[in-house]
This record gives sequence, structure tokens and C-alpha cells, in this order.
Amino acid sequence: MTVEEIMSVSTDYREDNQIKAFRFGRGRKSAAIVGAMRGNEYQQLYICSLLIHTLERIEERGAIVAGKEIMVIPSLNAHSANIGKKYWGKDNSDINRQFPGNEQGEPTSRIAAKVLSVASEYSYGIQFPSFYLEGEFIPHVRMFATGKENSSLATQFGMPYVVIAKPRAFDMSTLNYNLQMNGRNAFSIYTSTTVNIDEALAGQAVSAVLRFLTRMGIIRYQLHPGYIATVLGDKELVNVKSPASGVLHKCCHINQEVERGDILAEILNPYDGSVISDIIAPFDGIIFFANTEPLAFENSAVFKLIKKLHA
Amino acid sequence: MIETVVKVKLPVDETLRIKKNRLTPDVMHGNEPRLAIVSGIHGDEVGGQYICYELIRRIKQDYASLKGIVDVYPAINPVGLDIAKRESPFTDVDMNTCFPGSEGGSIDEYIASQVVKDMEGANVCVDVHSSSIYLKELPQVRMNDRDVDKVLSYAYCLNTDLIWVHPSNTVKEGSLSYALNNIGVKTMVIEAGVALKIYHDYCNKLIDGIFCLMKNMGIWSGETISFKQALVVTDSNIAYINCETSGIFVAELEHGTKVNKGDVIGRIVKVITGAVEEVLTSPCDGLVFSLREYPLVEEGSLIARIAKC
Repeated sequence: MTVEEIMSVSTDYREDNQIKAFRFGRGRKSAAIVGAMRGNEYQQLYICSLLIHTLERIEERGAIVAGKEIMVIPSLNAHSANIGKKYWGKDNSDINRQFPGNEQGEPTSRIAAKVLSVASEYSYGIQFPSFYLEGEFIPHVRMFATGKENSSLATQFGMPYVVIAKPRAFDMSTLNYNLQMNGRNAFSIYTSTTVNIDEALAGQAVSAVLRFLTRMGIIRYQLHPGYIATVLGDKELVNVKSPASGVLHKCCHINQEVERGDILAEILNPYDGSVISDIIAPFDGIIFFANTEPLAFENSAVFKLIKKLHA
Repeated sequence: MIETVVKVKLPVDETLRIKKNRLTPDVMHGNEPRLAIVSGIHGDEVGGQYICYELIRRIKQDYASLKGIVDVYPAINPVGLDIAKRESPFTDVDMNTCFPGSEGGSIDEYIASQVVKDMEGANVCVDVHSSSIYLKELPQVRMNDRDVDKVLSYAYCLNTDLIWVHPSNTVKEGSLSYALNNIGVKTMVIEAGVALKIYHDYCNKLIDGIFCLMKNMGIWSGETISFKQALVVTDSNIAYINCETSGIFVAELEHGTKVNKGDVIGRIVKVITGAVEEVLTSPCDGLVFSLREYPLVEEGSLIARIAKC
């Protein structure tokens, strides 16, 4: 393993914000893995630390395939991680909304330009992002529908689902969208939590990446083959909104099968606890995403359901 | 007439209301042109609050001159304004990336969808912004290069120093401006001043410009000024000055100054050593239309933008 500082940003009152790349193997640049871009992405940082630890042992055993190189960048924003701040400390900008970036631009734009440039040298890009809504997901691999996505490659992670999502305006300034536009196969791995560390889900994410690296002929590693992934498009994932605002009392959990008419959650009066309204399943399906906020807002999505594929 | 455009009941005993004040002539014929003035998408930008107030006040003072419809939406992010937070307080997302919104997404996306629905059918929209806390901006119009042909003639009326044709954040995909232009509402963005402050001189200049725009649209028959001829610039005519060291920025010139190549814009000084770390000079002749306001800088911080002229 070699460790290299690929970039640092100086500030007058703290040590430099260093961005470090951990490299394994030598030769063709095969896979770039990027972790926490936001300061509160502790689960994503933790996954990278497990990955680096495991890849170090794999390398020691000589199990990185000859002529292949893997790079892991665990964090782009150590400064914010140390103070629990989501975005860049000085100007509150979001690094994962700065791509493709500008190497002569503002600090987060420079970071974006550098990381995109370094990661674009690799054939595969893997990132652990957090979702913009607070909630838990069934772990999955996500790619953007850009016309350049390769969903069959995404199934090689062996995660239960692959989601091919139409990019929204703000997705176009993310690392993975820009890697895809640079002709790289780029995958986002969502593991449900962000601020809190979930050991089991972190382990699942590490296994998924090691499985992918094995199947792509980059490492030699024995592990469980994982799931035969179901590929979902935007049409198969349907938002279920709350009809009222109040305290969210969920009656079901992610990965649960539900039938049309089932009560997914109750919305309670925050003062007297009475039920104001129910959130009802509009069709038979599986709960893919559930909001974890204590309060629900009327007309806002609380669940995402997978429309059941078979009767 | 004050109307509620979007109403969202909040979980604990409160309802969020986004309101507009619709100002109409006393006698309506059914084919009046309609202008929308929008502000407060970013909760830390307060210049637009004064502009909306003064616009309504002046119209009410001379109602007989009003010949069309003016819809004023002062606060698209009312809770953000209440707590001086730029982003949406509900999701921490910049609301100006959520348009045209969605009826089944987050609370911000829902609000965005209802705001766009309400503005549909307006002929022209002006979205008023006041920069961030970091940079002070001369009054300027911004528009996406995609929309120049449709909106440039209106932009001239707004009495700004500058029209900047550039897909910056406030006019790119996801912004209100981009979404409204997509549905035929000719929309442009005004930037002026600094967040959290009201510069009355800048605001009054823009209000004069909005009346010129109203006159051009056939909405206003009262007296207006002769608007200033704005300098139109694209990215190739703009010099960006970023610092390469960290420290405190000490400006050597006033915002809005015309500079010559080589003129000193300012210095980056290091507090603990008492040393000048970097001297920033202009790479061209031009107008300093953006200048660093918040003095603490780090490597890469934007210090100034100069329009070459």
C-alpha cells in the first residue's frame, strides 16, 4: 500500500485539509473508490477504512492481480468531519455539487476538478454517497441513466437491487455523473445510514466492492456470491406521500412486502397523539425507502415502494 | 390582493404559507400583460425584501398608472428568511436547485412545483437575489446563454451596470429561472449587494429599472427614468481573481471601480506573522463588479470578478 497526498487546501487557522489516496497493486489503473465527500458521512468514511484495511491484507497475500491498481480516497473533507459539519466549513458549499469543477476556481471546485481528474484515470469508479433525504434504503447500487450506463456490470456487486435513475438537475454536478460522462463505469453504493455507523451494512458494502473487484479480475478473493440483483428503473420505484403533517409513526420497515391498502404509517397529532391520517400502500409492493425523520410533512414523500413485479 | 400560493401544514401547530401580492388595474380587460417579481429563494438574501416593499408602495401611490398585472412573491423560502438561513431549513438543500419541483418529492420539491404552477402564464419574471455573504455584487442581470434571444431586450430595461450571460448557479438547470423559461415565462435573475444586508442605493436603482421594464411591457404608464445602458458580457470577457494563499483579504480599491491592467486589487495578509502573503493585481482593464466581502480567505477563494471593457 502506498499513501499519497493528492491535494491539500490551506487555511490560516487549522492544519491543511489533506486529501489522501491509498493505492494497492501496480499497473493498469483499474478501480477508484471514493468515500466521504460531506463531513457527516461517517458511515461512508468507515466503509472506506474497512476496505483499506482488507485491501492491505489482500495485497500482503499477493492477491491483487498482477498489473492492476486500486485507489481508495476515504475522505475529501476531513475538516468538516472533525466538527460534524455536512458541507465545506468556510463557505458551506457541497463538494458533490461542484463536479466537474475548475482547478482555478473556489476551494471545493478545485477539489472536485482534482478528484475527477485522478478518478477518471481508472476504468471503474465506485462512490459511497449519502442521500439528500434522511431515511433508510434497501442497500443498492445506483447508476445514472445517461445512455452510457452498463446495468449488467452493476449487478456484479451482488447487492439486492440496481437502480438506474434519470439524473435530476443537481445530479449532473456529482462525481459519478461526471465520471460516467467521461466514459467511465461509475457506481454509487447506498448503504442506508450516513451519520451513524451500521457495522452490518458497512460489512455488506465492503463485501460488495470486493465481489465486484474479484469479478472484474482485479483481486483474487473468496466470498459469498451475493444476490442476483433486480434492476429497477424510475418507473418501478414509486413515491408514497404523506396526506398530512404530524408525528410519523411507521407501521412497517424497509424490505417488507406490503399489499394494496395496508397502513404503512400513521400520522399523529403532536399534542394529543390522536391519529390524523394514515399513509396507505397504493399497490402491492416492497418498501425500498423509508423516511426516518420523526416528523412528516403533508405532500412529501415518506416511502418509496417497488411495484411488485410478480403477482 | 394578497393570496396564498402554497400552503403546507407543518407537523407542530403551524402552517407555512407562501404568499403573493397581486396588483391589478382597477378595470381589467382580460388580456393584460403579467409580470412576476420573485425574491427570497435564499433565506439570507434580504435586498429583495426592500425591493418588493418599495415596488408595491410606489405602485399603490399611483395606481392609475398600472395597466397590467404585477404579482409580487417576496418570500419563496419564508422559514429560511425567518432564521436567516440560505438553504431550505427542512432539507438543507438550495431551493434554487429544486425547480420545476415535483408533487411527490420532498417538501422543497412540492413547494417548487406549486410556485411554478402559479407563475405559469406570466409574460416575464424577475428573480431577485443578493449574492452570498462572501461577495459583493454590482447590480447585474444574469441569464443562461440558452435564453438570451428571448430575454435580453427585457434585461436592458432593468437599469443595471452589467448583463452577464453565463450558466451560473442561479440560472442553470434546477433554478427557477431555467424552469420558467422552459414553460415560456421569460425569466431573468438580478444579483446585487451582499447577503444579510440591504444596499438601498442598489435596490432603488433596480426598482427604477423594474418600472422601466413594466413600461416596456405596457404595464405602467407613469413616469420612469431613462435606464442606463448595461455592459453585456459573456464568460470570455470576465477575469476571475482567486487567491492562492490563505489569510485576511485587505481590499485596495472600492467595489465598482474601473481598473487598468496591473492595478492592485488587494492583499492577502497573514495575521500571526504580520506579513503580506500575496498581492492580487488585475490581469486586464475592466470593471470590478464582484469583490470579496467576507475577509477570511483560503487557497482558491474568489476575490474579484472583472468585466473586461
